[in-house]
Amino acid sequence: MPFGESILIAPPSRQPSVTEPAPVRWLLVSAAAVLLGLFVLVPLAAVFATALRAGLGRYLDAILHPDTRSAIGLTLLTAAIVVPLNALFGIAAAWAIANFRFRGKRLLITLIDLPFSVSPVIAGLALVLVFGRQGWLGGSLDARQIRIVFAVPGVVLATAFVTVPYVAREVLAVLEAQGSEEEAAALTLGASGWQILARVTLPKIRWGLLYGIALCNARAMGEFGAVSVVSGHIRGETITLPLHAQILYDQYDAVGAFAVASLLALLALFTLVTKKYVEWRSRPA
Amino acid sequence: MTIRRARGILPGFGLSLGTTLLYLTILVLVPLAGVALRGATSQWEEIWQASTSARTLASFRLSFTASLAAGAANAAAGLLIAWVLVRYRFAGRSALDALVDVPFALPTAVAGLALTAVYSADGWLGRWLAPLGIKVAYTPVGVWLAMTFVGLPFVVRTVQPVLAEIDAHLEEAAAVLGAGRLQSFLRVILPTIVPALLTGFTLAVARALGEYGSIVFISGNLPMRTEIAPLLIVARLEQYDYAGATALALVLLLTSFALLLAINLFQRWSVRRLGPSPG
Repeated sequence: MPFGESILIAPPSRQPSVTEPAPVRWLLVSAAAVLLGLFVLVPLAAVFATALRAGLGRYLDAILHPDTRSAIGLTLLTAAIVVPLNALFGIAAAWAIANFRFRGKRLLITLIDLPFSVSPVIAGLALVLVFGRQGWLGGSLDARQIRIVFAVPGVVLATAFVTVPYVAREVLAVLEAQGSEEEAAALTLGASGWQILARVTLPKIRWGLLYGIALCNARAMGEFGAVSVVSGHIRGETITLPLHAQILYDQYDAVGAFAVASLLALLALFTLVTKKYVEWRSRPA
Repeated sequence: MTIRRARGILPGFGLSLGTTLLYLTILVLVPLAGVALRGATSQWEEIWQASTSARTLASFRLSFTASLAAGAANAAAGLLIAWVLVRYRFAGRSALDALVDVPFALPTAVAGLALTAVYSADGWLGRWLAPLGIKVAYTPVGVWLAMTFVGLPFVVRTVQPVLAEIDAHLEEAAAVLGAGRLQSFLRVILPTIVPALLTGFTLAVARALGEYGSIVFISGNLPMRTEIAPLLIVARLEQYDYAGATALALVLLLTSFALLLAINLFQRWSVRRLGPSPG
C-alpha cells in the first residue's frame, strides 16, 4: 500500500470535540505551512523563475528548439504506448483481485507493487542484462537485428516497468471499497461479463481510473533513472524530456534545462489539479 | 461434481488473472530474474570484490545512513503535517494538502534541478544557509535533503487516514479522566498510529534508497563522498562492469525486499490493533 489509502475512500475528517489551546494550534499550523512552503513551494517556484530568468523569448527558443521538440515527441510516444497498456493491465488485475478468491492473492498484490520499491536504476539494469548485447537474449536479438536497449523499445519497456502499479492500485482501491454486489445483480439480470464491465464496473471506477491514469502518465513522462540507463542518450532518437533537461544542464545551459523542466512541472501541476477534481467529483453527497 | 469453495460468481476469472500474470511476468519478473541469474552465474570472488571495494562500501554507507535519516525526518515532519491537516480547520488547508503531493507528482529530475537551484550557494535558500556554514549542494546534506523531499508524501498519506479514524470518544474519555492533551497524545493517539507511522517511515526509506533522479543533480556525484549506491550502479554500467553493477543491485534489491516484508508485517500489526479497516 505504498501511497496509503486511495484518496477516493479516505474517510471524511471532522473537527474533534477535544482539541489543543488556540496558540498551540496556531503554532502547529504555522510550522506545517512554513515547512511545506520552504521545502516544496519554493523549489517549485524556482523552476519557473529560473526558466524565465532570461526573458520569455529565450524561454520559447529553448522550448521550440528542434532537440526539445524531438524529446517532446519521444516522451509523448512513450506515454501513448505505456499508459493505455498499464490502464488495461490495471483494470484486469483489479477485476481479478476484487471479484475472486484465489491462492496467492497477497503475493500477487505485492508483485504488482514491486516496481514501487525497486530502484529505477535497477529496472534499467535488469533490461540491459536481459536485452542488452551482453544480455541473456542479446545474441538472438542481435542476430535478428532487433535493438531494444539503447533504442526506443528499451525506453518504452523501462517506462512501462516503473509505471505498472499506478492504475491497478487506484482502481483496486475503489473496487474493494465498493464491493461487487452491483456486478452480481447485473449477472442475475442476465448481463454478460463484458456487459457488466462496460455498464457497471467502468462507470463505478471512472474517477479512480482517471486519477490512476493521470498518475501513470505523469510518471511515464517524467521517468528519469530507468530511462537514463537504457536510453544510450542518442541525440534526436532516444532522448526524452527529463534526459534532455539533464543534457542541457550538463552543458551549463541552465535556462534551457529549466525551460524543459518547467514543461514537466506544468504536467505535475496538471496531475494535481486532476486529483483535486476527482476528489471533488467523487465526494459522497 | 466435486464440491469446492466458489472463487466468485462473476465471469472472467481466467482471462483477467491470466492477463495480469502474463503482463507482470514479461515486464517485471523476467527482467528481475535476469538480475538474479546474472548474480548467480557470476564468479563469487568477482561479486565479493565488487561489493566490498572501498568505493562500494562508501556508497552503501551514504545510501543507508542518508535514507534512514530522511525517513526519520519524514516521520517527524509527516506526523506534524498529517496532524494539522486532519485535526484543524484553517484557511488554505486544501492548498497545504495539495502541496504534500507535489514531490510525488513532480518528475524526479525536475525536483533535482529545483533543489539544486534553491540550495546552491547563490540560490534562494542556499545564500542564507551559506553564512551559517551550512553547505547543502554537493554535500551529503544535499543527498539527505533530496531523499527527504521525495519521501515526504509517504508518512503523511499513511498516517492521515488512521488519524482521521481514531474514535473521538477515546480522547474525550482520556480528557474526562484528567489527562492533559500531551498525555492523551502520548498514551492514546500515538500508540494507535505507531504502525502507520512505521509503515510510512519504511516506505520513505525504501523510496530514498532507490532514488536517483533527484539526487544526481544536487549531490555532485563525488566518489567516496556524495556517491549513492544507485549512482555507482550507473557508473559501473557506463564502464561495462556488469558484474560490479549486478553486485550492487543485488544488495539493494534484497534490502528492498526486506523493507517490503517489514511493511507487510506493520500492516498486519495495524489491522490487529485497529481491526480491519472499513471498506
